[in-house]
Amino acid sequence: MRWYYKVPLRLRSLFRKDKAELDLGEELQFHLQSQIDENVACGMDPREARRAALRSLGGVEQVKEECREARRMNLIENFVRDLRLGLRMLRRNPGFTALTILCLTLAIGANAAVFSWVEGILLRPYPLVANQERLVALAGTVRGERDQTSWPDLLDVQRSCTLCETLFVSNITGATVSIGDHAQIIRGSLVSANYFDAIGVHPILGRGFEAGEDIGRNAHPVVVISYHLWQTRFNRDPEIIGKTQRFDNVVHTIVGVAPEGFYGTFVGREMEYWVPLSMVESFYGGSRLLDDRGARWCEAYVRFKPGVTRNQVQQEISVIATRLETEYPATNRGRGIKVWPLWNTPFNHASHLLPTLGIMVVVAMFVLLIVCANVGNLLLVRSFARRHEMTVRLAIGASRRHLLRQLVTEGLLLSACGAVGGMLVTYWCRHALVLFFPGDVLYLPGQIDGRVLGLSAVVCLAVTLAVGLVPAFQTRHLALAETLKSEASAVMGARGRAWLRSSLVVLQVTLSFLLLVGATLLIQSLSKIRATNPGFLTRVLDTSIPLVAAGYDAPRAKIFQDELIQRIRALPGVEAAAYARVVPLSYGSFSSTPIAVDGYEPSVAGESTDELYNEVSPEYFATMRIPLISGREFTRADDENAPRVAIVNQTMVARYWRGQNPIGQRLQVKGIWVQVVGVVKDSKYYSLEETPRPFFYVPLRQYFVIEPDIHIRTTQPLQSVQSGLLREVRALDPNLALYEMITLQEQVNRSTSEQLVAVTLVALFGGLALLLASIGLYGVMSYAVSQSTRELGLRMALGAGTSNVLRLVLSRGLLLTTTGITIGIALALLLTRLLGDLLYHVSPRDPLAFAVALAVMTVASTAACFLPAWRATRTDPIRALREE
Amino acid sequence: MAKPTDLVQGTLDLLILRTLVLQPMHGWGIAQRIRQVSKEVLQVNQGALYPALHRLEQQGWIRAKWGESDNNRRAKFYTLTPDGAKYLRQEQAQWKRLSSAIGLVLDLS
Repeated sequence: MRWYYKVPLRLRSLFRKDKAELDLGEELQFHLQSQIDENVACGMDPREARRAALRSLGGVEQVKEECREARRMNLIENFVRDLRLGLRMLRRNPGFTALTILCLTLAIGANAAVFSWVEGILLRPYPLVANQERLVALAGTVRGERDQTSWPDLLDVQRSCTLCETLFVSNITGATVSIGDHAQIIRGSLVSANYFDAIGVHPILGRGFEAGEDIGRNAHPVVVISYHLWQTRFNRDPEIIGKTQRFDNVVHTIVGVAPEGFYGTFVGREMEYWVPLSMVESFYGGSRLLDDRGARWCEAYVRFKPGVTRNQVQQEISVIATRLETEYPATNRGRGIKVWPLWNTPFNHASHLLPTLGIMVVVAMFVLLIVCANVGNLLLVRSFARRHEMTVRLAIGASRRHLLRQLVTEGLLLSACGAVGGMLVTYWCRHALVLFFPGDVLYLPGQIDGRVLGLSAVVCLAVTLAVGLVPAFQTRHLALAETLKSEASAVMGARGRAWLRSSLVVLQVTLSFLLLVGATLLIQSLSKIRATNPGFLTRVLDTSIPLVAAGYDAPRAKIFQDELIQRIRALPGVEAAAYARVVPLSYGSFSSTPIAVDGYEPSVAGESTDELYNEVSPEYFATMRIPLISGREFTRADDENAPRVAIVNQTMVARYWRGQNPIGQRLQVKGIWVQVVGVVKDSKYYSLEETPRPFFYVPLRQYFVIEPDIHIRTTQPLQSVQSGLLREVRALDPNLALYEMITLQEQVNRSTSEQLVAVTLVALFGGLALLLASIGLYGVMSYAVSQSTRELGLRMALGAGTSNVLRLVLSRGLLLTTTGITIGIALALLLTRLLGDLLYHVSPRDPLAFAVALAVMTVASTAACFLPAWRATRTDPIRALREE
Repeated sequence: MAKPTDLVQGTLDLLILRTLVLQPMHGWGIAQRIRQVSKEVLQVNQGALYPALHRLEQQGWIRAKWGESDNNRRAKFYTLTPDGAKYLRQEQAQWKRLSSAIGLVLDLS
């Protein structure tokens, strides 16, 4: 049959009923007329001729109805019939149906949720932003390591890049905003003036920024606020444009309101306002941030022209960076500019989430495969039960194609129910990723859009084919006569027909074993990370005060800091308190400098002597409980007027002084010689997983920063310290607010949250997979036992004891498990490497993980086999034999 | 004239298809042709003819087109499709086997 002919025909009879009806009437009318003509020609009178003609046709209406009936025999109506039949079958086995749909819901839901996260966080992370597939992030490099870029460099790139359509800057910042009597720190972006045009987002009220608004120091105090801010803090004021609002201590004019659903361009955070980057110094402090090529603070994006690849853009930008190196050697030597795909953007949460999401995609796929195998198996077992039905239908004339269509329809029905359930799961779970991250509320939306729906539909179709065709495949072997006769009883352990079901079970066991190994490895790794001693006391509290934004200059800040620390130390329950520029294990960056030490020559020419350091106040080490090994802590005497000093860690002593006592020795920091006055124990600086690295400390007063973090060691609960601190801060300056206060333990937890997410999800899915595989094994064994009642009865009649039967059945089940586990071990040895960076101090082939997975799998599968085996021993030999 | 024989179930389709091998025809023409060719022995039940035509059309073995009849009336003409021709060949072979088998059995007694 030619589809191009058939399809329009069938559609016509379905949708163009009137036309078809008219045709039918006319056709019969022609017939009647011809008959009447003939009758008249034979000599009848016209009225008689008409009556005779109608009689011979047998009733026009009946014929019409029969013709309609004939037309209705088409694909769509067959489908409806199959559907109805399928629904009836499913309703008749509610247990089977519920189990199958539950499995499919979990699998499709898990996959769609993971897709939606990948889509919403990695592929198209910025809602409403146009052409994200051509957007890339720009970051600087210095001798291969990542750094920020400077505004003058970016302007040069913008001017010279022929492959770039547009370049824009979007830096995260924060500001204290008081509306009414409620002051709050909210997050926003410093952006280049072309920002809103570049991303194709148009404010719903007012305007975006105009060309030139990113030029001139603090020259354009204008702001675009988010829809959310407009709605919640300004009560959707329609007259908002032109009104002013203080952001920190600078009054900004509100020029626009961003559309609903636009959250800016930062993975993991919602932006509440946007200001042009001419205002950067009022937010970041510092001077000459706009025109100093050496001031690197920008986070930029580039959209390349259609048809251009990322590599081509990288090549062109590298050429520009090389040119800048030769033109401005003082600031640009050794520096490059690198292009990053959005899903690996180095300056937001994307790159942290990438490995976790990658693993989740794989794990969700595994679960899907297991579910397919499981549902396929369930359908298969049922198709055996329905063999009589199928055979009877074949015998009374159904074609094999009919049966196949029926089975596929049933599969489609099941997977459609599963898909609907899965989409609901996804809808509820798309924002759930946030739940795994402790404390800090990240903004990690899942996007349910065409691509996610499309992928889910593909998954659903694949599942349908997989689960629907397995039983259909079996109908090939239906031999009418044989099956209609009483079915010959199966023999325990007979291979032949059962191979398909067996291999599905083996597949499930293999995949769940893989997941178990992965989960165990990740759990081991996480517990090792969590057990790592950070080298400082984790019950210390940390917060900071936005002094830069409040307009404090260095002298005012010094007075403020001194007064505040006295007041904090006087708070009840406070044991010690200190300032430090950077909190360890946070997202903040430590200062870094090339250093020189008397008598130390780099062993290899060109070896980097860049080291990290932190600016800390007196009592820092006492507050953090970082043990002082020799020498002294910083004191109040180490101020700007005193000789410059530093305290180094053990690794630094080992590397630069070869273990000799460095106290009294000189160290060059940013070109100035300072004296080493103390040695402290190593601690962790950027992450718990890092290896010990050289690190040193300098007094805050000698390397002053206006806005350091405050560390407080206390026995009091966080809330009471927080309110006490806020009181003291307000007493000094009523306009100030506090940034979030957290314990350093919380900071540690946040720094390991990616691992936690990976572990939780893999463990969750691993458990699920284990359960599904056990159900599969149980199903297959139960069926095998029920099919071989006769054999078992015979064996028992001949004297086989309970233990023999038990052994017989169990050994069959365990054979499947063993095969699955063996393949699983082989695959795991190959695949666990992929966990790579997420594993800390755990080998991907850690024998303990394999042993644990083996033990769990063995216990679970033995349990799954035991019940059917036990039931087998209850076989009544007499009844079993008589039944035949 | 003996009473026209009713058609054996399922053979109507075969007759229609065979008739259409020669040329496109309308329903009335098909009925006339079958009667003539079978020397008035086979009388097509007109009530069964049209449902059969529509069924064959749905199956894609014949296709319909409006045209002018000999006496300039609008009539629906049916044409055999390549699929229909193929089906007819199969069924013809089947029919020959069956009828010769029946013939053998009948001659035996």
